[in-house]
Amino acid sequence: MGSFIVCRLWHGLLVVLGVSFTVFAVTRLFGDPVSLMLPLSASAEQRMAFAQEIGLDQPLFVQFIRFLGDLATFDFGESLWQRRPAIEVVFERLPLTLMLIGTGLGFAILLSIPLGMIAALRPGGFLDRFIVSAGLLGLSMPQFWVGLLLIVVFSVQLKLLPTSGMGTPLHLVLPALTLALTPLARLTMLVRSSMIDELNQHYVRTVRAKGLPFTRILRVHTLRNILISYMTLAGWELITTLAGYTVVVETVFAWPGLGLTAVQAIQRGDLFLMQAIVFVIALLIVLINIVLDIVFKMIDPRINLN
Amino acid sequence: MSAQTAPLLEVDGLRVDFASRAGLVQAINEVSLVVHKGETLGLVGESGSGKSVSAQAVMGLISPPGAITGGDVRWCGTSLLGRKGERYARSVRGKNIAMIFQDPMTSLNPLMTVGDQIGEAMRYHLGFTHVQARRRAEELLGAVGLSAPARRLDQYPHELSGGMRQRVMIAMAISCEPELLIADEPTTALDVTIQAQILELLARLQKELGLAIILITHDLGVVAGICNRVAVMYAGRIVETGDVDTIFEDPGHPYTQGLLRSTPSLEGTEDTLMSIDGIPPRLIDPQPGCPFLPRCPIGVDACRQAPPAEAWKGSAVRCWKAGADAWSMGATRAQEAGL
Amino acid sequence: MADRLSSKPQTPKRLAILGGLVSELWHDKAGFIGFLVIALITAMALLAPWIAPYDPAAQNVMARLQPPVWLANGDWNHILGTDNLGRDVLSRVIWGARSTLLIGASVVLIAGTIGVIVGLVAGYAGGRVDGVLMRIVDIQVSFPGILMILLIVSVLGPSTLTMIIVLSITNWMIYARQVRSIVMSVRQVPYVEAASVMGCRPRRIIFRHILPNLVTPLLTLGILEFTNIVLAEAAVSFLGLGVQPPATSWGLDVASGRDYIFIAWWLITFPGLGIVLTVLSINLFANWVRVTTDPQEREKRFAYSRAARRMVRPAEDRAVVR
Repeated sequence: MGSFIVCRLWHGLLVVLGVSFTVFAVTRLFGDPVSLMLPLSASAEQRMAFAQEIGLDQPLFVQFIRFLGDLATFDFGESLWQRRPAIEVVFERLPLTLMLIGTGLGFAILLSIPLGMIAALRPGGFLDRFIVSAGLLGLSMPQFWVGLLLIVVFSVQLKLLPTSGMGTPLHLVLPALTLALTPLARLTMLVRSSMIDELNQHYVRTVRAKGLPFTRILRVHTLRNILISYMTLAGWELITTLAGYTVVVETVFAWPGLGLTAVQAIQRGDLFLMQAIVFVIALLIVLINIVLDIVFKMIDPRINLN
Repeated sequence: MSAQTAPLLEVDGLRVDFASRAGLVQAINEVSLVVHKGETLGLVGESGSGKSVSAQAVMGLISPPGAITGGDVRWCGTSLLGRKGERYARSVRGKNIAMIFQDPMTSLNPLMTVGDQIGEAMRYHLGFTHVQARRRAEELLGAVGLSAPARRLDQYPHELSGGMRQRVMIAMAISCEPELLIADEPTTALDVTIQAQILELLARLQKELGLAIILITHDLGVVAGICNRVAVMYAGRIVETGDVDTIFEDPGHPYTQGLLRSTPSLEGTEDTLMSIDGIPPRLIDPQPGCPFLPRCPIGVDACRQAPPAEAWKGSAVRCWKAGADAWSMGATRAQEAGL
Repeated sequence: MADRLSSKPQTPKRLAILGGLVSELWHDKAGFIGFLVIALITAMALLAPWIAPYDPAAQNVMARLQPPVWLANGDWNHILGTDNLGRDVLSRVIWGARSTLLIGASVVLIAGTIGVIVGLVAGYAGGRVDGVLMRIVDIQVSFPGILMILLIVSVLGPSTLTMIIVLSITNWMIYARQVRSIVMSVRQVPYVEAASVMGCRPRRIIFRHILPNLVTPLLTLGILEFTNIVLAEAAVSFLGLGVQPPATSWGLDVASGRDYIFIAWWLITFPGLGIVLTVLSINLFANWVRVTTDPQEREKRFAYSRAARRMVRPAEDRAVVR
């Protein structure tokens, strides 16, 4: 188990290094941080001074090492927009994003298992066809659009829920629902298809031959056996939500989490804040992957330690 | 050997159909079997002849796209089919009738320990507690000849070899002390040396527990070794049933004769082994009449109609010319003469 | 698996096979409709300059925020209404299809090419090369998706071209993985092993044995990836970092209609519907392709159909005793 974790940590380190290298290469080689961050009106002296301040006059290699050193100490520089350390802004906004994701993804997870199982019980039946069609539709709708339609229906027309921002628990409903849409559709489809596959496995025949009731077969045998693929996808959904969907959904609903902050940082040319966000999210992704791997190891005795 | 008491299992005119893109597949049709207490019935035939489907139908394991579309299965005189039968079947299945399968590699749940899988049926049917089931599972593992049974309980199937897994399957099957064990090609997927051990184990358990066994196999040698009676299947139908000795000595159906001719005997007196020309018929949209007709050397016009079950030296044979010597040169000449 | 691995001579029967496919597509209603819609959208994108009633960028202050024709105040001049600058929504939707399909197709082609090459090299070379390449794939898969794209786009400056480049270099990994796994499994198939033992040249093995096995899975993957790219492009354009005005894109139009959702719902609805229809019909079509090219999947699908249930009725359903 120990060497397994070390191996996963090593992989995580490589991911973080890869992200650092890419960000560094893009910002320093293809882009110019100075013109990106300073207003057009800045004078040549101001530009020079700023370039020196962030070390742009050094050779690239030295810059990269310094860059890595800053990252290792969580020193991402000062946010130009907020006038305080970027990392502070990140840690202030991150919990709001996690709350949104927890609600949305939790909802998707709670609902996807029963829905997928209902569909799998009678493949080709009415409920199955209904659930599959709904799932396909859910996968085909961009979240920003669904979010806006929900606002039009529930906030503008019915005046039931607030349009945007945060404050009351009611503010959480629409963004969480919107966020849940795609993961719910994908997870439901996965539960359905892997359940159908699993029920066709030979060992299920053995269990049926024991005369056990069908509900027990589902609960004790097949459900546990699809857990790995389910958790793989659920983990993947968590990662894509963290690294993408939240940006869109928070923008639509003006939810002041990390995603909205990222968009605002870009609009204000706040490269340091953006870098901080990307890195913290990358670290979180690495962490999620490691936790998932360890959990898989605990569920499935066949998974090798290496 | 057939006892005078009421039979344990009666299969009566059973028919199972499967839907496929190419059309309706009649997997088995008009299959009738009787199994008495303590006897061993061999069910032989080539792959696709419907042996496994028959067994699965008895166990209620046929699921869409297949279904039992006719006939009846009775346990101690009570039907296991239909809505009422289903409830009864659930109490019989796993408790009175148990089954072991061809492929022990995939027939065990890979994510559950051996002990839990063996204990499962006892906890459900016999109301055992976890501890009781575990203790009994250990005994069973010992009884089927696994070394270090206590350690095996917590192992997962992937940690065991094929032969060991088949022993686990057997332990699982006999856990509720069933009266009938259906063994669907229990040795096909195993090494030859292990095969003999497993068969020996089955024979021993039968003696000790008074089990009736339906042994599904395509190996006539195995049938000769441990079965009392045998039913020969061809293209989804039973073509011949009778005592093992009678059938091996005096096969009544041309197919049985051909099958025996193509099997090396224990004495090894034949000079050559003969095969049956042709292939089994498609089960999609079967022709009326005897399914063996296209391959039968002594087929006549009458064979275009389904043959009745004829008595032939104590066996029941579904053939218009039951008992005729199909494969000798004389028979071939007779066929040419249109006899 | 085995049926996927056969590479059969097919020249004379090709037409018959094509005919069979067309008839089969016709019988799968969902797949057929999907195919039809995607064909229509493609035609719409290609013919945009001729069929769009207006220049999508032409502003008309006199006709601002006109509702669609079926609402009060709507008229036939602007069937789907106009936006806040008086631009014709229908024309913008028609032109928007262009950006979407152009970006989607380019990205799938470029990313697919990169991925196939990497996958072939990794799978064929094996050993250390394979280890390094797949490690790169693993690492890049763990990158924080859209956030990373946003960062890169904001540095490089948003445009359609940037969009294509960035989406291509962030979406090639899945092809590499799939190609590699297929190559690995094909290489172990006895007849391919035999070919290489007999001294077949690597190039011949790749072209004769490996590539034919890649076609169907790659086709299905490419079609499905296309939908992901369409959704990603829409999202990034919605955030203002994708397609830039005066070019049009459905995501961009939804973004600009956002400020008017209280008074002009049609501004977000129609471009959004464009995205939904495109993605949904591709999904339906892809589903058909996947099932049709896999005999096992086909049989399975039939087994669960109503036709199969009609064909086989359990005995008790027909019996008088119910």
